[in-house]
Amino acid sequence: MAEDLNKLGERLREVFAGKAVSLENRLGELTLVIDAADLLEVFTRLRDDEKFRFAQLTDLCGVDYSTYGSDASDGGVYLAADDARAAEFKGRFAVVYHLLSVERNARLRVRVFARDDAMPALDSAIEVWPSANWFEREAFDLYGIVFLGHPDLRRILTDYGFIGNPFRKDFPLSGHVEMRYDPAQQRVVYQPVSIEPREITPRIVREETYGCN
Amino acid sequence: MAEIKNYTMNFGPQHPAAHGVLRLVLELDGEVVERADPHIGLLHRATEKLAEHKTFLQSVPYMDRLDYVSMMCNEHAYVMAIEKLAGIEVPLRAQYIRVMFDEITRILNHLLWLGASGMDLGAMTMFFYTFREREDLMDVYEAVSGARMHAAYYRPGGVYRDLPDTMPQYQASKIHNASAIKRMNANRQGSLLDFLEDFTNRFPACVDEYETLLTDNRIWKQRTVGIGVVSPERALAMGFTGPMLRGSGVEWDLRKKQPYEVYDRLDFDIPVGVEGDCYDRYLVRIEEMRQANRIIRQCIDWLRKNPGPVITESHKFAPPKREAMKQNMEELIHHFKLFTEGMHVPAGEVYSAVEHPKGEFGIYLVSDGANKPYRLKIRAPGYPHLASLNEMSRGHMLADVVAIIGTQDIVFGEIDR
Repeated sequence: MAEDLNKLGERLREVFAGKAVSLENRLGELTLVIDAADLLEVFTRLRDDEKFRFAQLTDLCGVDYSTYGSDASDGGVYLAADDARAAEFKGRFAVVYHLLSVERNARLRVRVFARDDAMPALDSAIEVWPSANWFEREAFDLYGIVFLGHPDLRRILTDYGFIGNPFRKDFPLSGHVEMRYDPAQQRVVYQPVSIEPREITPRIVREETYGCN
Repeated sequence: MAEIKNYTMNFGPQHPAAHGVLRLVLELDGEVVERADPHIGLLHRATEKLAEHKTFLQSVPYMDRLDYVSMMCNEHAYVMAIEKLAGIEVPLRAQYIRVMFDEITRILNHLLWLGASGMDLGAMTMFFYTFREREDLMDVYEAVSGARMHAAYYRPGGVYRDLPDTMPQYQASKIHNASAIKRMNANRQGSLLDFLEDFTNRFPACVDEYETLLTDNRIWKQRTVGIGVVSPERALAMGFTGPMLRGSGVEWDLRKKQPYEVYDRLDFDIPVGVEGDCYDRYLVRIEEMRQANRIIRQCIDWLRKNPGPVITESHKFAPPKREAMKQNMEELIHHFKLFTEGMHVPAGEVYSAVEHPKGEFGIYLVSDGANKPYRLKIRAPGYPHLASLNEMSRGHMLADVVAIIGTQDIVFGEIDR
């Protein structure tokens, strides 16, 4: 059976006493938040230390927290609201790592916030886990998060010559350009999107006690 | 003598052995692969972004279209993520139904894999054999959900409806006369469980047939033994899961190690490879089909004996019964709110993973308490597998690249998302 999370949490607290910004145990999952500066040191320790042995990076993804808790939107784009809870987070962009220890049968989530919202950059984890390669390319492609030290940071999912970072919250769902075949020029051309953005069901945030009376 | 030159070759994006829209840029030294650079994203639909703009329920059908050969397993990870975050209790019968359909899906997936990768390596017959059995399982999908592939059958809190008491029948036509139809419908006279039981009785003999064709086949072995060898350490470091990891000898299966639903009540074994080559991964998948068959039999047995509800009673997440909705104001309001505004999932984040036929399929769900996910990340098992293609194919011949793509069980619906 899976390892006891409380024990694992204690060991994490012990080992990363000065480094862990926060450590949360919720819904049977541990979330460790660390500072971007400590990233490689913590990761190497998590992989190699007898107590952890997180040999596999299962998943890596970017998250854009800028509109968290807000239900304002305009033209297919979600907007940040004044009273929204986005301010709870230490930055706009974070990268979330999901680690797996096959040896100890444990999982751990590590969240690292990028320090600069305008030019988010983090160290690449590719030296620690080679599987970070494509995952980091994906986060770079979709969120524009730069991974320093990545040997081959190219776009991966979007089209050749794509402009923008489509998964950022300020990127509209229908995009900026559409393409069609132009019979006159006899080639495919790009042009600004002609469809109106629409939202079928509005996004609604309710207080937690809604409907509980 | 002519000089041996280095080539850069473009493989795909429309190549039958690429299993979808894979563009592969290969650098060759003669016929030996020096570097493989897969270009993916030709099927990118931004499923994760679309999900941010849909209510939780509206995204269930999108999950089918990720890995479009193992539809229900994708749905499973997604509904489990919602259930975990919202703390929804799933009725036991629904859990058994889900496990049964997960295993049906595993057989469906492995059959397609066996047929397609057999055909890639020159064993044309496999495709006809495996599709014969797939047809029966597709009918099971259809009987339960109305759709042969994109079922949208799982719901947060259970499954859409209970198993049907009848199976669809073949109709007489110009091609099949009445007596032929009667023969074809012979095992469809009872309920879905009867039909499925008949299938599980037949299926082990079918797997024996596949093995007769391939396991000791000289050509098959020449094409797979010693090809694409991955060591266990390397497999873990590169993010391998599922048969790719077990083929390398790591005994890791979420159904055993981190059991979800009712897998801890069922009896089955985990096959593990030794060499970590394409042949071992083939053997692992063959054995997985036999084990899946075993699990289905146990589920049929349990489901026969234990009737009960198949979806949660909480009307914040599952709609009320149709009759109740028509007679009762409270139920009507629940129904209306659920299908217009949608369910609200409490703020928080969760990662739920299932042992998908291809490996670990995970859903990382961030909710801020709204009626739509704040962020949905799909962890597709094929993504890290394909990322390792460069390493796995380096030093192999061009024809082996096809064998390696085949063994990775690539499906672009999940890789490109």
